[in-house]
Amino acid sequence: MALFSVFIVVPMLGAVVLSLFRWNGLGTPHWAGASNWVQFAHDPLARQALTVTAKVVVLSWVLQTPISIALGLFTAGRQRYRSVYAALYVLPLLLSTAGIALMWEALLDPNFGGLTALSRSLHLGFLRQNWLGNPSITLYVIIGLIAWQFVPFHTLLYQMGRRQIPGVLYEAARLDGASPAQMFWRVTLPQLRYTVVTSSTLIIVGSLTYFDIVYIMTNGGPGYTTRVLSLDMYQSAFQQNLYGYASVLATVLGVVGVALALGLVRFSGFASMSSQQEGAA
Amino acid sequence: MSQALARPVRSRSQTARGAAPPPQRRRRVTPGRAVAFILATVWLVVVLAPIYYMVLASFRSQGNYLTENPWLPSGGLTFSEYGTVFGAGLGRYLVNSVIITAVCIVLTLSLCLGAAFRIVRRSTRAAAASFRILLVGLAIPIQAIIVPLYLLIYKAHLYDTLFALMLTMSAAAVPVTVLVMVSFVRDIPRELIGAMLVDGGSEWTVFRRLIVPLAKPVLATLSIYDGLNVWNNFILPLVLTQSNSVAVLPLGLTKLEGQYAINVPAVMAAVLLSVLPLVVLFVVLRKQVMRSLGSVVMR
Repeated sequence: MALFSVFIVVPMLGAVVLSLFRWNGLGTPHWAGASNWVQFAHDPLARQALTVTAKVVVLSWVLQTPISIALGLFTAGRQRYRSVYAALYVLPLLLSTAGIALMWEALLDPNFGGLTALSRSLHLGFLRQNWLGNPSITLYVIIGLIAWQFVPFHTLLYQMGRRQIPGVLYEAARLDGASPAQMFWRVTLPQLRYTVVTSSTLIIVGSLTYFDIVYIMTNGGPGYTTRVLSLDMYQSAFQQNLYGYASVLATVLGVVGVALALGLVRFSGFASMSSQQEGAA
Repeated sequence: MSQALARPVRSRSQTARGAAPPPQRRRRVTPGRAVAFILATVWLVVVLAPIYYMVLASFRSQGNYLTENPWLPSGGLTFSEYGTVFGAGLGRYLVNSVIITAVCIVLTLSLCLGAAFRIVRRSTRAAAASFRILLVGLAIPIQAIIVPLYLLIYKAHLYDTLFALMLTMSAAAVPVTVLVMVSFVRDIPRELIGAMLVDGGSEWTVFRRLIVPLAKPVLATLSIYDGLNVWNNFILPLVLTQSNSVAVLPLGLTKLEGQYAINVPAVMAAVLLSVLPLVVLFVVLRKQVMRSLGSVVMR
């Protein structure tokens, strides 16, 4: 408990306090009032970072959720080959983000990369792109890679969710002459609502603060097109020594993250998540 | 109950391995299933192709990688780049990662099981309050607190030490771990604990003789979940350490890439070596790993 308070709770409050100071990390911090916040509000780069982050969040959810639901339902089937598929789908989860980033850098290299080699032998010109250096596509490449990394996890969630749906519901639907599509919309999806909320919350909060792949692969570039909020914060703090300003960004991340998480849980009538399981909470 | 009711429906889909299914119940190939199969296979290729590429590339020499078609195992394969990365300090990173992960698992699990036991057994305000703070902590992203955390570690003269990583990574694992453990301890029948207390056992005896043995499956699940997170964590080592001697694997990989930017086979070999322990774990405990990854979040 003490461990948690010292290393999570204290820094959390510290971020808010620090955001009110101007400090380069060495001298004494100077009281700066709201000036860091004013700077944040007027900084076009911060606005850019907000836009990029919002894009990452929305597109990640739009991309990952349907794929994960589809694969989750598929792997929930009882056939032998489907459990083989399920086991192979998990593989990306074992790789560290750093590993994933380095692997894809090798694949996406425009000169010697795997995709370029593929485009040569298959004569598919579009596979040869400057994937990580073209301002109009790099952000989408990154979003795709985030999906590659996390879809396996959400697939697991939906697989477990699907297996918990009582089969009697499907039996009843079948007797009523429901088509497979109707069964999906009327039985499967409503029954999976808790899973959808859990998975969506994780996707949204996770991509809001996404850092690793962006830092390793593009460092925000080309230009500022992939400079997400957490990278902006990292660079402000640890490369420009603007700890006060970085704390503003950190506070924004923390507040938006917690608000989104709690909001999603409340909004979806999922407050039972804690009370149902944790009783006294 | 749902188990029993589910039977008739399930038996249809269990033909593949169910005992002697009646022939008329054989699974038909409908267009829907065919499409599902094709799409699932497409995703399988998306997952496996990059990994296959990485494995193949790691067995090439640097020159070979540039001249041969990297998708085909032509032109001679070699282990030589594996030697290169070990020479470049990968062994050190591996040892650091193992130490950190082991310490974090032991530290987090022992502290959290104790905390969970207290939270459930003591209905004091303090216990309830700390539990509520933990619930909030669950939602706080590590990125949001990394700056003050860095300053804290720096002021405590722990910057650039393995100890700093152990403390912060364990702390980061606390909320989820306590939460899972609290719901586990709550599910232990009160009568069981009551009986031990009546027989003259202290709370400590109850904890040691009852809770700990019962907790084994939960501990296994959480070891895998927390261990994987610690093993793969990138931002904490990035911010809290700088020397090669205390770098853990994810950070070490990026350092190696800096050294060997052009030697793709060496970088791929390093990535594969970094994931090898997890793959071994996964092959041995596949069911357990898959269950624990999901169940921690789903509960």
